[in-house]
Amino acid sequence: MRESELLKTVSNVRRVELRRWVEKGWVVPERRDGEFWFREIDVARVQLVIEMRRDLAIAEDGIPTVLSLVDQVYGLRNQLRQLGEAIQAQPGDVRKAIADRLRPDD
Amino acid sequence: MTSDPYTVLGVAKSASAGDIRKAYHKLAKQLHPDLNPGDRDAEERFKEAQAAYDIVGDADKRARFDKGEIDADGQERPTQQSYRHYADAGADHPYHSADGYADFGDMGDVFSDLFGQARRGGPGGGQNMRMRGSDVRYTFEVDFMDAARGAKRRITMPDGRELDLTVPASLRDGQVLRLKSKGMPGVGGGPNGDALITVHVKAHKLFRREGNDVHVELPIALHEAVLGGKVRVPTIDGPVTMTVPKNTNSGDRLRLKGKGFAVGKGDKRGDQHISLRVVLPEEPDAELEAFLQSWAEAHSYDPRVDMEV
Repeated sequence: MRESELLKTVSNVRRVELRRWVEKGWVVPERRDGEFWFREIDVARVQLVIEMRRDLAIAEDGIPTVLSLVDQVYGLRNQLRQLGEAIQAQPGDVRKAIADRLRPDD
Repeated sequence: MTSDPYTVLGVAKSASAGDIRKAYHKLAKQLHPDLNPGDRDAEERFKEAQAAYDIVGDADKRARFDKGEIDADGQERPTQQSYRHYADAGADHPYHSADGYADFGDMGDVFSDLFGQARRGGPGGGQNMRMRGSDVRYTFEVDFMDAARGAKRRITMPDGRELDLTVPASLRDGQVLRLKSKGMPGVGGGPNGDALITVHVKAHKLFRREGNDVHVELPIALHEAVLGGKVRVPTIDGPVTMTVPKNTNSGDRLRLKGKGFAVGKGDKRGDQHISLRVVLPEEPDAELEAFLQSWAEAHSYDPRVDMEV
């Protein structure tokens, strides 16, 4: 959606703040015909920044740190899931060998 | 949402606005779904706390709630998909971060090879950062024999581009082939993403794959079963001649060593297993009937003797 639509849809954010967040790279909309275009994930991320400030009372300075950790956690979750699916697709003996290796020594 | 908002936030009815705000922030920090991405319960409790705070965090609504003019119902925030819903759906978004395992590259590059992801931007990069293009995923179907022997195929992507795909010999159903740099273009001079092609192998009318072995059912004639002899057998390399021993039964199995799928990159191959099935002539045969009639009189045997029937 366009910036104007986002500002109508999402309450508790002003245009000047939104521009600042984009400038800092907290939110990375696409650019279409010289305009910002916010995908669903971008809108949800704007919402997340609002919640961090309003609901979690995180100061502006702390937000990049939290965002970076949140991004890393989702990155790791994604890789962990892929790895799990890859292991699941292996023959039984391979799965067992991996499980045995992961199990702590008795 | 019918719980009492004061109970949800864990404050007394007489609590000051400041105490209510503090109690809410404390709960929110503890329960925010993006800080607890695996915890469904936390998400529910966060929503509950949000709904409670929407009422008693607002002086006007709180007064009306206390007077009984509004209840704890119907005060939920409009349901929006949470950030987690998108961020947890995969890595194809600009906020994906590989920084959490970037240094695992020391482990023989297993992770960077497997996931093929260069470090992507996170917060702080803004629009000017170099960003690797997204990977794109497609599925493609190949014939059993192409998967067995390997093949080159030209495939047309949904966006109209044509790509040459090398199907390696011994490819497995569901295997993912990575075409480097054939995904979405990078941003700000960043590298292109990759195309990930999931290849499905069509079933074959004769062959069935199990691990690296091939299974085939081979019909044989009655006289071949009784007398034995040489028969032609299809393999994934083409037909070969094989000897069926005398007195072979339906269900007997034979093995052709090294006629299965390639194991790894070397010369080693799996086997072909042949399960034999005795097939009578299509039409009743008077001569055969007459012969068996007289044969059975002298040579009758009971194959069901162990079944005690």
